[in-house]
This record gives sequence, C-alpha cells and structure tokens, in this order.
Amino acid sequence: MRVYVPRDFSACALGADEVARAIEREARRRGITLELVRNGSRGLYWLEPLVEVESNGERVAYGPVSEEEVESLFDRNFLEGKEHPSRQGNPEEIPYLRRQKRLVFRRIGKNDPLALDEYRKQGGLAGLTRALTLSSQQIVEEVTKSGLRGRGGAGFPTGIKWKTTLQAVDDQKYIVCNADEGDSGTFSDRMVIEGDPFLLIEGMIIAGLAVGATEGYVYLRSEYPLARRIFEEALERARAGGILGKDILGSGKSFFLNLYVGAGAYVCGEETSLLESLEGKRGMIRPRPPLPAVHGLWQKPTVVNNVITLASVPVILAEGAEAYAQLGVGRSKGTLPVQLSGNLRRPGLVEVPFGITLEDLLFEYGGGTASGRPLKAIQIGGPLGPYLPASLFHVTLDYEELAKVRGIVGHGGIVAFDDTVNLGEMARYAMEFCAEESCGKCTPCRIGSTRGMELMDKILSGKKAPGSIQLLVDLCDVMINASLCGLGGMTPFPVLSGLRHFPEDFGYAKEEVEPLLQKV
Amino acid sequence: MENGKVESKGELEDILESFSRLANGLIPAFHAIQNRYGYIPKERLPEIARAFNLSQADVYGVLTFYHDFRLEPVGRHVVSVCRAEACQANGSAAVIDHLRRKLGVDFGETTADEEVTLLPTYCFGNCACGPSVAVDGKLYGRMSAERVERILRGMGASA
Repeated sequence: MRVYVPRDFSACALGADEVARAIEREARRRGITLELVRNGSRGLYWLEPLVEVESNGERVAYGPVSEEEVESLFDRNFLEGKEHPSRQGNPEEIPYLRRQKRLVFRRIGKNDPLALDEYRKQGGLAGLTRALTLSSQQIVEEVTKSGLRGRGGAGFPTGIKWKTTLQAVDDQKYIVCNADEGDSGTFSDRMVIEGDPFLLIEGMIIAGLAVGATEGYVYLRSEYPLARRIFEEALERARAGGILGKDILGSGKSFFLNLYVGAGAYVCGEETSLLESLEGKRGMIRPRPPLPAVHGLWQKPTVVNNVITLASVPVILAEGAEAYAQLGVGRSKGTLPVQLSGNLRRPGLVEVPFGITLEDLLFEYGGGTASGRPLKAIQIGGPLGPYLPASLFHVTLDYEELAKVRGIVGHGGIVAFDDTVNLGEMARYAMEFCAEESCGKCTPCRIGSTRGMELMDKILSGKKAPGSIQLLVDLCDVMINASLCGLGGMTPFPVLSGLRHFPEDFGYAKEEVEPLLQKV
Repeated sequence: MENGKVESKGELEDILESFSRLANGLIPAFHAIQNRYGYIPKERLPEIARAFNLSQADVYGVLTFYHDFRLEPVGRHVVSVCRAEACQANGSAAVIDHLRRKLGVDFGETTADEEVTLLPTYCFGNCACGPSVAVDGKLYGRMSAERVERILRGMGASA
C-alpha cells in the first residue's frame, strides 16, 4: 500500500512534512505497513497538502490535509479510498488538472522525483536517447522547427540562440541554466527542479549535444533550499546512473553538470549579470553585444536558457518538433506552464497551450478572487510586468497578442489583485524594488528608480504638484530606452500600466493622464 | 545555520582552502563561512582576499553586492518575510506590520535582546500559498497576523 505526500517547498510550508510524519506514526500505532512516497506537487496548491493513496492501482486524493486530520483519515479508512470530507477522488480527474495539457509537467506530482527507474518508465530519457542518434545540426534544427521560445521572459527563439553557439568556434562551450527564478508570482522552475530534476538534467545534456558543449551549470537562487537538496541528490544519481559524465548512456559523449547557488540578487536573473555572478563576481550587467551565445561564461560561447525552456526540450526530441508546434497559436508554439497566484481561490500551476484567454485562466482555473471581492487587476509576467484591468481579460495568452495591449508573457506568472489594491502604491513599490535590486551599472536604473520612488511619494501625497505626472512619464521613457537591461528597462511597465488603466489610484482623471501617455 | 563564535581559525582556513581552488569559489565560500558563523567576520576579509588572490576591495565588493551576506551577527532567530507582489495581494502588509510592531524592529534590525532579526525577502516561490514567512529557514505559508503570532510564541518557548 502506497501513500503519497508531496515534498514540495510550498506543500511543506503548509505542513506536508508534519502530515507525512503523522501518517507514519499513525500507521505504526495501528500496526499497518505502508510505503510512504514523497512525490512532487501536482500544483493544485489550494488543496495542499494533498495526500494520495494508491490501492488496486487507483489513486485517490485527500486535501488539504492537516496534521490533526490524519487520525480521522485512518479512522475512515482512507487507505482504501473511503469517504472523508477532504476526499477529492482521482486526482487526475479533478477538472483543474484534467483540462490541462501537460508536457513539461507530465510526470510532476505522480512519483518520487528522485527515482531514476521511475523516470525512465514514465518516458524519461526518450528525448536524450533520440538526440544521441542525431547530429548537432539536426538537434538544433528540431528545436528550431518546434518554435520553442525562451520561457524565462524574453521569448527569444531557442533554436536561433543554439545555432549561434553551435556556429561559434571555441575549445570550450557552456550550457547555463537560469534557475534564478526571482519573479514574484512564479514558481514553475522550482516545481520542475523539486518535482522532476532529471528532466532538467536531460534537457541540459541535449542542449550540450546540440551546441557542442561538454560542461554546464545550473544557477539556482538561494531562496530555494529544498530545490537545492533535491537537485544535488539528482546530480549524484544521474552521475551514478551513467547519464551524466564521461559516457552519456554509453554513447562515448560527455557532459558534466554543476550546481551553483546564488546569493539573493534579483538582477542575477538577467543573463549577463548571472554570468558575472557565476564567475564569482558582483552580478553587474554586461553591455550587449557581445551576446553570451558567443562570449558568455569566461568569455566562451554559452547557451543561457531558463529551466522551463530546457525542460521543454526532451519532449520535443522525444515526440518530434511537429507535435510540439501543433500546439499553441501564431508564433507562440507549444505549452506554457502558467503560474496563478495572489488573490485567487484556486492558485496553482496550469500548463496549457498558448491561446487560452486570461479570463479562462483567472476564472475557470483560478476560480476568481479568494476574498470574494471583484478582481481589479492582474500583474502578468513578473514584477516588471504590467498591470492589466478586467477589460483586457479577453486577451489570449500569446506573445504577440499580449504585446498589442502592452502586456508580456514573461515567465508565465499571473498575480491577481482584488479591488483593495491601489495601483499607485504598486507603482511606487515597483520603483522601490528596482532601487533595491539595481546593480548600479547604468544611470537610468540606478538613479531613475530612486527618483521614481520620490516622485511617486509626491504623487501619492495627493498634492497634485504641477508637472509631476509629466515628469514620471519622461522618467519612465528614459528608463525604458536607456537602461542596459530589463530591470531598469521594464520597471516602468507596472508604473505606466497602473497610470494608464487606473489613473484614479494616482489621484488623476483619465483625461488628465491620457495625452501624456501618448509617447510611451 | 549556527551563530557560532569566530574562534577556530582552522575551520575558516579549511573553507578557504577548498573553495579558493575553484575559479568561481568566492560566493560559495561566503555561503560556507556564513553557514558556519552566521555572518562574514569583517576582520577575516584580508585572509579571504589573500586566499583568492584578490584585493580586499574586490572581496568586499562581492560580499556587499549580495543581499544574503551579512557582516554583522544576527539574532538567535531569523524571521524573513516576503515583501513581493503575490504575498501583498494576499494581505502580507498586515503580517509585516504585526511583526514590526511586535518585535519593535524594522527590516534588517535585530531586537535589543538579540533574539530575533527581521529580514525582507523578495519571493520564496511560495506565491500560490502566501503570505510567506520563514523562521530560521523553515517556510510557513498562508500566514496571517494571528498565525505569525503563534509562531513567535512558539519561538519564545524554545529560546
């Protein structure tokens, strides 16, 4: 008899470890033998800790389960899937999960993420096995045809990035995984590393084969200690299992992979800053060009990709570029693991093909606000993403469609706010965050963010100092156009979108701000 | 993490010895030192600089760039609160206010009895289950002023 209790950072923050211990304790007390499996999270976070039992090959889920409830679960014979107030039935039949199209997340939440044999059994290593039969050019071609774009935020075509590094001639090239998932409202990288670490390893090896790199680094943020422990263990097992190292699956080809832990700097999620940090230095932005694809880590040709980008690669290789490219819309191919958070009844991980409306995500999946108050705005694409009002919820999840309304896909995070939010205050916070996290290399970001904070204080004081909105817009214009990277260049997005859609939160009428917003 | 005394010279030397072999070992070394001592002892910076063949200015520059690293000891307990948007959307302001008032300190400060240091964090990746508060590295989700109060009281009991 198997019982599953997630070992996921969020599930544990809600007491999953205590629930797991209580189940073991209670089973011992009753003389019941059971196998406790620590799986990843399925991402149905409003139900965490979500306990599952497997009897007769069927899974039955119970959630959210507290430590105190464990005894009553045993009393009501949950081990045989019997009734209980927290019973959710077959987890895969929960509409939230059933309606998704999980490719990257297909295994996550089902099994022990560190069981390598289980990984193989569930389709793992199929992509790598195929990649080992292809030439570098063929792998790059396959990824290019799939239409995969960088899931870290920039949305740059992955195949083109890889091609640049493949064509660069050097004695050493690197694959760097950007796992510095600092955006508020995002947690899909964490879930992959905690819930299916071999998938990331497999994706990175394929990337290495594609561009001729034999060494890689995962740059993981220090705020993810559980991900770190799980990934370290996964690396050990992958090395012992002949997947990483000198002779990948007996192919004679090699790939060495290391974990490197950051130290709490948001800007290190920007690829050039990340590379500086990975070299052991201050995470100062490097002006581009040269691109990291040509002069990256230690000036060597380097592919820097986000976790989800790399984790999308194995399925593309395993099932073919066409199958992947058939999903999605326009130039937004495949699936995106959307992360719903903030004030929602059903926050969680929703992997769906591009093309779904924001409304569907927020209401059909998210269930509307948790507070029951009207959903006033969402912030999409991280702390540097814009705030969008309800009148734009008909827009589809699509890089180009979102761009038309000045939205971004970013890393796929959507944070919902009810009508108690004040967008003027959020705009001030955006400037404060930028001031706190700026690396200081360029003036628009370093000084602009502080001036922006002061300006917002003035505006929010309600005194309507003449020209202050004009000044704010001008400042944003400079930051957008003259910053070296996205931190300074995108901090204006939450500010200007707040001003555009919710001018009353800044103490102004629409007619007053609209003419000023023409140029930005 | 331990808040141990900076006494055993050998230990720091061992850390420096093993990490200075790496081309990018300075940041991992800082992590290891802070894990051992609870902070990076300023008086040891010359030694650290020598081990990495860097100037003291370089070492100090790296150290102060990253929010994780501290040059001062922290209290017996470290309480970190998420300040980011997703937690704000779920009412983290009330949790933060409560902590500030109750502890009588602002972010980055330690209570007068050296019990608790309050630190801000910009996202634990627990956005679906906020507000988030971590106490001595253990993360708690769906926090409210009342739940945080219970945790603080629990800490008092263990101290």
